[in-house]
Amino acid sequence: MNLYYFMRDALVTATGGGRRYHLWMGTLTLLMLAGLYGYSVQLRDGLAVTGMSDHVSWGLYISNFTFLVGLAAAAVMIVLPAYVLKDVDFSQAVLIGEGVAVSALVMCLAFVVVDLGSPHRFWHLIPGIGFFNFPSSLLAWDVIVLNGYLVLNLCIPFYILFSRYCNRLPRKRLYVPFVYLSVFWAVGIHMVTAFLLAGLPARPFWNSSLLGPRFLASAFAAGPAFMILLLQFIRANSPYAIRDETIAKLAMITTVAAQINLIMLGSELFKEFYRHTHHSQSAYYLFFGLDGHHALRPWIWTAIILNITATGILTLHRLRNSRFWLRPACLMLFVAIWIEKGFGLVIPGFIPSPLGEIVEYTPTWIEMVVTLGIWAMGLFVLTVLIRVAIPIELGSVRSPKATDVETKLQGLGAQS
Amino acid sequence: MNTEKTRFTFGDLMVRCGFATASEKTHTARQGDTQGGCGNPRPQTGASCSCSGGGACNGGGNPPGGSSLTAKPVTRRQAIGAMVGGALATTAFAASSLSPKTSDEEREKTLLKWQEYFKDNFRLMSDREKAETIQRLERLAYLDHATDVKIKATGAKPGVLFGYAFNISKCKGYRSCVDACIKENNLDRKSGMQYIRIFEMENGKMDIESGNAEYDHPVPAEGHFYMGTQCFQCANPPCVEVCPVGATWQEPDGIVVVDYDWCIGCRYCEAACPYWARRFNWSEPEVPAGEVNANQHYLGNRQRKKGVVEKCTFCVQRTREGRLPACAEACPTGARVFGNLLDPDSEIRYVLEHKQVFRLKEELGCEPKFWYFMD
Ligand code: SF4
Ligand code: SF4
Repeated sequence: MNLYYFMRDALVTATGGGRRYHLWMGTLTLLMLAGLYGYSVQLRDGLAVTGMSDHVSWGLYISNFTFLVGLAAAAVMIVLPAYVLKDVDFSQAVLIGEGVAVSALVMCLAFVVVDLGSPHRFWHLIPGIGFFNFPSSLLAWDVIVLNGYLVLNLCIPFYILFSRYCNRLPRKRLYVPFVYLSVFWAVGIHMVTAFLLAGLPARPFWNSSLLGPRFLASAFAAGPAFMILLLQFIRANSPYAIRDETIAKLAMITTVAAQINLIMLGSELFKEFYRHTHHSQSAYYLFFGLDGHHALRPWIWTAIILNITATGILTLHRLRNSRFWLRPACLMLFVAIWIEKGFGLVIPGFIPSPLGEIVEYTPTWIEMVVTLGIWAMGLFVLTVLIRVAIPIELGSVRSPKATDVETKLQGLGAQS
Repeated sequence: MNTEKTRFTFGDLMVRCGFATASEKTHTARQGDTQGGCGNPRPQTGASCSCSGGGACNGGGNPPGGSSLTAKPVTRRQAIGAMVGGALATTAFAASSLSPKTSDEEREKTLLKWQEYFKDNFRLMSDREKAETIQRLERLAYLDHATDVKIKATGAKPGVLFGYAFNISKCKGYRSCVDACIKENNLDRKSGMQYIRIFEMENGKMDIESGNAEYDHPVPAEGHFYMGTQCFQCANPPCVEVCPVGATWQEPDGIVVVDYDWCIGCRYCEAACPYWARRFNWSEPEVPAGEVNANQHYLGNRQRKKGVVEKCTFCVQRTREGRLPACAEACPTGARVFGNLLDPDSEIRYVLEHKQVFRLKEELGCEPKFWYFMD
């Protein structure tokens, strides 16, 4: 019965709101519909409507996928100190972080599905009735870890929120082991996704042992950066109290990760350019262009400049601690890593081809509409999750059956 | 799911074992079995192990229990398939009785497509299932394209391992092989798909990355030589390893094949191939009705659909019947040498033993079965 009330109240909360809220959700819905239309065209005519070709066989979709896996994994950065180190500061951020993880994962899965040539055969992937090429195929690993992570990150917050809703204290013994698991799992999803690319000797640009660690570093920069922006927004628009220390700590994490990421970038650049070999061709294409082809050059330099500027701002304590500078720095970092770890990583892997041919890639409007639609879907999911979580956390939405236990309620703030 | 995987290297084959003893080795090393019958009269007992890859042991009088791994799921899926198929037939029937446009043929097509949708990975099919799907596919080819095709599922012959050698001194860059391949393998004409690429190379360079495959002028060009590439049927193929659904595998005779009805079109294999040998059907492939090659193989040149990957199969529909691949047959210069690596009297063995040969990107360890040589 409580579950029914929970669902009902969640629905009521998610669908109710002011003008701005409805405008926002309406815009997202429109974008999703546009994406759906684009996808229907793609289903009808095949992937030929995208800019991909046999030369560049993965494009915008997989680029966004690699980036978003990072964003999803970065939720651990919030979970880790809050649950494990009993860092009270982080408790408010935790549920939000898991919400981000869930919506990023939903986007990841959607990007993989729209990239498939024969999505109607997805059941071939289901172990038992299909043919699951495990453990040989890293893509099979990815299917497992991503879905597992999604389930974990749905179950933990649901349990906590539902307990709150019923005016019960969430039992630590029940959920903390899963929190630990999800921490390891988060590292796992990101490493597996990196290995998916790094495990291909055919593509020297990806076939590097630094790829996995660099994935982690950039994720732990982009993820908390996004969280800071989101938490500041929530703080400004809801009574949900987010302390300054929480933001400061997240900013610290972002800074360190961004610095490490820059060091790794430098070491990669050195390796590629100090002695220019055949294996550096892709990096050459990315940064300088090859034989008059340089579609990615403006993008990657934008990313590098944003990245360095943002890391510079974050490194200076005075600037990092000022609200005025922190926000643009986080935004810059987020965009820089989206470029760098999205199409700045995926597309050069295909250029030049293993036989040395250079064919460039430009996404078509169909791809862009579908991509926008999926991002809109992710933001939609995120908005709904946060919208429901905050009032429950604040105690303003409670099961009608729950007895009012004021003392318990008060104790809740420190738990989570 | 994917079971035994034994690596087999060419160094092994050529230096240590000698060709004669290698036959047993290769046959135990392979996964999958096109013949689907372990009851096939094979000389070596070891040959029956090739069933381990898919458990397609149901043929030849073996009890179906041999594929315990898959027996249950198949049944469940077939049940679903039958259920949905039945429901669909009823719906189609109802629809047809309402609208005069839906003919019997439409209904038959819908039903056949649904049965096709629920079929298994080719490696896991019993002989009966194979025969049934071939019947459906032939019928569908007739209903869809009004062409009478004959689809075979000829399996690998024991004691056969195919290999290819390419004479750089002889090739003049005519691309006759490319054209022959397009016709033989029913390649999509609309996108101009080609399996073979001929690189025009400047004298004095041996690096294929400096070659130009897009040349468009009379050949042979002064100061240039030519090198052809296609799928090299690697003995240690990275494309097979990465496929998440096992839609591509190596056959006992060394040919790497794709089950076009099992591939989900993720294109991971395309990224994994170091020789750029795989092609994807970005749109519905088109072959004019009059030009369809009706002599087809399930794992070879039968017509593909959009959204799946394909590649050169050394013309499995021809070579398993003892014929040459279309490219080798079409080459006017005699630059292409094809044959059985396990047959000591074959021409390919002669080339490997008497010429200096090399392979592309050997450092990657894929062990391609495609060698280049010079006179
Ligand atoms: S050449 Fe490419 S497609 Fe052919 S077997 Fe080797 S890796 Fe696979
Ligand atoms: S494209 Fe098809 S054959 Fe290639 S890896 Fe994906 S499912 Fe396997």
